[in-house]
Amino acid sequence: MDTQRIHWKSDSLTRIPYSIYNDVEIAEQEKLDIFHGKTWNFLCLEADLQDAGDYRTTHVGETPVVVVKDQDQQIYAFENRCAHRGALIALEKSGKDASFQCVYHAWSYNRQGDLTGVAFAKGVKGQGGMPASFCKEEHGPRKLRVSVFCGLVFGTFSEETPDIEIYLGPEICARIQRVLHKPIQVIGRFTQALPNNWKLYVENVKDSYHASLLHMFFTTFKLNRLSQKGGVIVDPTGGHHVSYSIVENDSADNSYKDQAIRADNDQYLLKDRSLLAGFKEYDDGITLQILSMFPGFVLQQIQNCLAVRQVLPKGVGRTELNWTYFGYADDTPEQRKTRLKQSNLIGPAGFISMEDGAVGGFVQRGIQGAQDHEAVVEMGGDHTGSSEGRATETSVRGFWKAYRSHMKI
Amino acid sequence: MIDLMTLCAFNAAYAMTIDSDALEEWPEYFSEDTHYRITHIENENENLPAGIVYADSRNMLIDRIAALRLANIYERQRYRHILGIPAIVQQNSEATYAHTPFMVARIMATGQTDVFATGFYKDKFVKSDAPASKANSFGIVLKERIAVCDSTVTDTLLALPL
Repeated sequence: MDTQRIHWKSDSLTRIPYSIYNDVEIAEQEKLDIFHGKTWNFLCLEADLQDAGDYRTTHVGETPVVVVKDQDQQIYAFENRCAHRGALIALEKSGKDASFQCVYHAWSYNRQGDLTGVAFAKGVKGQGGMPASFCKEEHGPRKLRVSVFCGLVFGTFSEETPDIEIYLGPEICARIQRVLHKPIQVIGRFTQALPNNWKLYVENVKDSYHASLLHMFFTTFKLNRLSQKGGVIVDPTGGHHVSYSIVENDSADNSYKDQAIRADNDQYLLKDRSLLAGFKEYDDGITLQILSMFPGFVLQQIQNCLAVRQVLPKGVGRTELNWTYFGYADDTPEQRKTRLKQSNLIGPAGFISMEDGAVGGFVQRGIQGAQDHEAVVEMGGDHTGSSEGRATETSVRGFWKAYRSHMKI
Repeated sequence: MIDLMTLCAFNAAYAMTIDSDALEEWPEYFSEDTHYRITHIENENENLPAGIVYADSRNMLIDRIAALRLANIYERQRYRHILGIPAIVQQNSEATYAHTPFMVARIMATGQTDVFATGFYKDKFVKSDAPASKANSFGIVLKERIAVCDSTVTDTLLALPL
């Protein structure tokens, strides 16, 4: 029996039924087929887990997860759900512990997520206790497979998910390695609550078409114009993408002074031009690289401003966006300061990103009552291939290609 | 020495400046070499230096207002700041350090009103010889104001300053 409520009218990826963004059954199916399916989900940075016992709690989709480093220096991840009654095992966002114990009935777990202790298992004064047949090895929270790639820690609930480098493909791997080529240091964490379905944010990240139209700050300061050299890479699955640009005439001298002169010629002048002053740190001259990985991970380099973003659904109409800003461990104080100042560009109050916090909500509100209608995603044609120009929605179509493949719809 | 009533009057005027949309006057409360940052308690406790707004000069604050007026796009909204009494934590001839709790409601054009942020200002006030400006006639300026939010989460976006 076909119980599917969402129907694409064709195989074409140029039309998106609006109901995909607010249908409760779709959200339930996504939990299984996307987040617990054959996908790698970002858990944390390796830099977050320095020593044995260091842990962080996070989510895969809406499923709570603990990620922890054990004595063997390996990173393990398991569902943050006690095998007894289902309560959260770890309550803090991060910490350091020899083991974990559920507060409800004190069932305990080692750092690999194995159930190691059941309180009063043998009863009290000969009364009660667990039956002799109860086998701890048969109980425990579900474990995730963990992969660490370039200091990024990913987890998957599926045994069938291909190895991370296969999952990403060589082009995307190379673009991650380009940024994460040496040890990093976290400089801040911020969470933005988005009033929209998670997919609207992921599409927004992949949509290079909107950048210079919605984000006027970009255009005003020549940070990113579609006329600049750049392009979009979409991997063969469609799910991962890289959008990049190179500011022309930027290679000769990327110093403070040079940046200031270019701002000088603009109509709108910054009074403190040090905001846009950067330093060249990548030989390829790429000044902006936005990389997304299916389903909900983003790595960004905007000039010298580096961050990862984790996209987590919180029900059908809300999304949590976790920003982690970082620099390199060997940054000079001046380089670190530059990153801190450029971080004004990004995040919930970012000069070039604040609009993204609201625009998904505009869609979510706009499509109420438009269940039978569709979005048009036809910029640059109907393909999902890589593209030289950025006036294209190829990577948005790529997302839907991957999404429909996982969801079998 | 800067007395408590001056701090209170300064903060009251500061809040009214933002809440009445006189944003162009907001930088007048800061010294030229000010540090202004919006962060939250967890970053602060872990000594993570980034902010969702990070400025190390008054000019950066002027630029932020210019960007809000000219470049950035956001739904029409207002704030209502309710500020507590400053707790003076340290004082010497050079500077006065104070912590002042804030609660900020955000009122959207739709009428929706939410508690947008709570937290405290971690301030360093210094005396100023600069002539009184339209907004700031208190003879003091902020050498540093770190708005430390209690929550790690910002709803939708932060456009107007805290």
